[in-house]
Amino acid sequence: MKKTPLSLRVPEPLTRPGDAPDFSYVQIPPAGNDKKPAHNAPVSEFNDLSKGIIRVLDDAGHPQGEWQPTVSADTLITGLKAMVKTRAYDDRMMLIQRQGKTSFFMKSTGEEAISVAQAMVLKQGDMFFPTYRQAGLLITNEMIRGTGWSTFDMMCQVLSNSGDKLKGRQLPIMYSSKDAGFFSISGNLGTQYTQAVGWAMASAIKKDSKIASTFIGDGSTAESDFHAALTFASVYNPPVILNVTNNQWAISSFQGIANNPETTFAARGVGYGIPSLRVDGNDFLAVYAASEWAADRARNNFGPTIIEWVTYRSSGHSSSDDPSKYRPKDEEKAWPLGDPIDRLREHLIYLGEWSQEQHDALEKEMKEEIMALSKEAQKLGSLTDLPDLPMKCMFDDVYKDIPPHLQKQIQRIERGE
Amino acid sequence: MATMNMIQAINSAHHNAMETNEDIVVFGEDVGYFGGVFRCTEGLQNRFGKQRVFDSPISECGIIGTAVGMAAYGLRPVVEIQFADYCYPGYDQLVSEAARLRHRSAGDFTAPLTVRMPTGGGIFGGQTHSQSPEALLTHVCGLKTVIPSNPYDAKGLLLAAIEDDDPVVFLEPKRIYNGPFEGYHDRPLTPWSKHPDGEVPETHYTIPLGKAKISRAGKDVTILAYGNMVHVALEAVKVSGIDAEVIDLRTLLPLDIDTIVASVEKTGRCIIVHEATLTSGYGAELSAQVQENCFYSLETPIQRITGWDAPYPHSQEWDYFPGPARVARALVRAMEA
Repeated sequence: MKKTPLSLRVPEPLTRPGDAPDFSYVQIPPAGNDKKPAHNAPVSEFNDLSKGIIRVLDDAGHPQGEWQPTVSADTLITGLKAMVKTRAYDDRMMLIQRQGKTSFFMKSTGEEAISVAQAMVLKQGDMFFPTYRQAGLLITNEMIRGTGWSTFDMMCQVLSNSGDKLKGRQLPIMYSSKDAGFFSISGNLGTQYTQAVGWAMASAIKKDSKIASTFIGDGSTAESDFHAALTFASVYNPPVILNVTNNQWAISSFQGIANNPETTFAARGVGYGIPSLRVDGNDFLAVYAASEWAADRARNNFGPTIIEWVTYRSSGHSSSDDPSKYRPKDEEKAWPLGDPIDRLREHLIYLGEWSQEQHDALEKEMKEEIMALSKEAQKLGSLTDLPDLPMKCMFDDVYKDIPPHLQKQIQRIERGE
Repeated sequence: MATMNMIQAINSAHHNAMETNEDIVVFGEDVGYFGGVFRCTEGLQNRFGKQRVFDSPISECGIIGTAVGMAAYGLRPVVEIQFADYCYPGYDQLVSEAARLRHRSAGDFTAPLTVRMPTGGGIFGGQTHSQSPEALLTHVCGLKTVIPSNPYDAKGLLLAAIEDDDPVVFLEPKRIYNGPFEGYHDRPLTPWSKHPDGEVPETHYTIPLGKAKISRAGKDVTILAYGNMVHVALEAVKVSGIDAEVIDLRTLLPLDIDTIVASVEKTGRCIIVHEATLTSGYGAELSAQVQENCFYSLETPIQRITGWDAPYPHSQEWDYFPGPARVARALVRAMEA
């Protein structure tokens, strides 16, 4: 019998630099197509919802179907403002990084709707376990609740200056604000997923009413923490939203390196017996509705929900990355689900609640506000100055109390050893 | 006062802790209904309910990761890793998360959890049920690492670990769960009921972390040991007839260096005994610290008597295990040099 030589499949994206962008692999159903299931619906009802894309806004900015959220125009305008502010923040801080005033920065451009809408849906006391691409959670929290870190605090952290609440210990953008319901960002990928499940389990153990929400990127769903988290979530049914931000790229690896194209990230959740939705992440109304559905479900003790947000990472992975080396130039302009800010703006104009003039004024206002804040933040120094911290500061918080062996190391520094 | 073996002492510590602090939750593989493969959590689920004591999926990453999240919420999880050999899938959560959370968030979030792990060999467990990974833990700043050598200390140290506001790894030398093992695999084990350290109060008490204990005072050689090796060292003293001082470290990090230095300055000789492999083992750290602190008191080179640098061999377990004869020969060498 003739032997078939084995070969390894190494997936490749459809396009590379020099090619025209091609998103034919993203199947986009019409808006308003999907049913909104009951919170206690059996997992079999999520087979289709985890494979398609739940959309509310159609291409003309008109809301469609059962997933339309009950939300006021004022709330939508707040969301728009938070998204515009987040983008202005990202642009400004990336510029500051380019000027050499800090070591590193990461933007969330194109993905703002996901963090902003979900921050609006959750409540004070709930806890987010984010990745580094959810700055919108903090910016929105400041805007609507005024608790925890401010945008100014975020800037000081990025600059590692004397206003940095983390005392220069963390890489820029690894924020931490308990009062804002924003868990300390690790930088290790995926670890926050099991932690969020544990936090939600604790809330259930204590008969509390708080819920957790966590984020992970498409690439990091390959980490064992993702699968451990889903296993624990499926076993103990804790009140947690498990967000997968599928922005198509994990640095230079396309999402096909993390998942087989025969299925979706959300569909993995169904395999675990967890209700799972796949949602247009650039549609503010869809993000709001799906987040609200999952949050209500969690708060009513129906357990976890997985939501895959279909979106696109419009900027590079980080300030250290150059996406022109591995994907077509201007690929973001061809992304078929558009830009979240543009789409919400169009919707508000359609509602008669917004105008292009107002929008231009908002963008100008936010740019100026961020510019002024960043000037104030830089008055507290930047990484270029190196921080004015006593050397022994690095030993604080290693333990609650400084143990003898660390005391001895402090003495060695003080002796100039 | 009751007579307890180490399993009963650990179980008693859980009862005392959970009675007074409702934020303590206990979980791990087989720890709920069954009470753990070594029975350390027996009866806890029945007494404190399934919301506080439950079985976990077989995922050390999940056990420690969820415990970090629970601790961040405000609970005080006490989790069991069934064998220390299984801790590696959860190592990232220990090293990069639990150990660093307080520091990286500048005190905004903390992770006061206790991770219990049966450690060491001598039970014909083969290479995946016999390892002693303490050096991989003591290398991590932000963690505390504790290892008792008897039931009385096990209970007091475990209660101190649970009450500590930093993450603590609590290593349980499984070979001495039922009795002090001197290293003779071919002799019957003396039960803890025949040993003074098997007398354990049923009520709450703690033994402070970071304090060593002099198990036997002596003037000629200092032996640094911990866990089951304390009993091997004591037996080696008997066999050799050399008047050695045996220090039971009890906490490996933070280390009670003052007790060690006082002893070595008195004896001028130092032997370090552990069951883990030699190279970059915890003995290397002990040796360095003794040299740094006691260089001018040392009469002879520091010796390390440890497991060999090979995976823990199943049938050759007793060739690998640093038994009393090897330690006794080291004592003789120390005195001859």
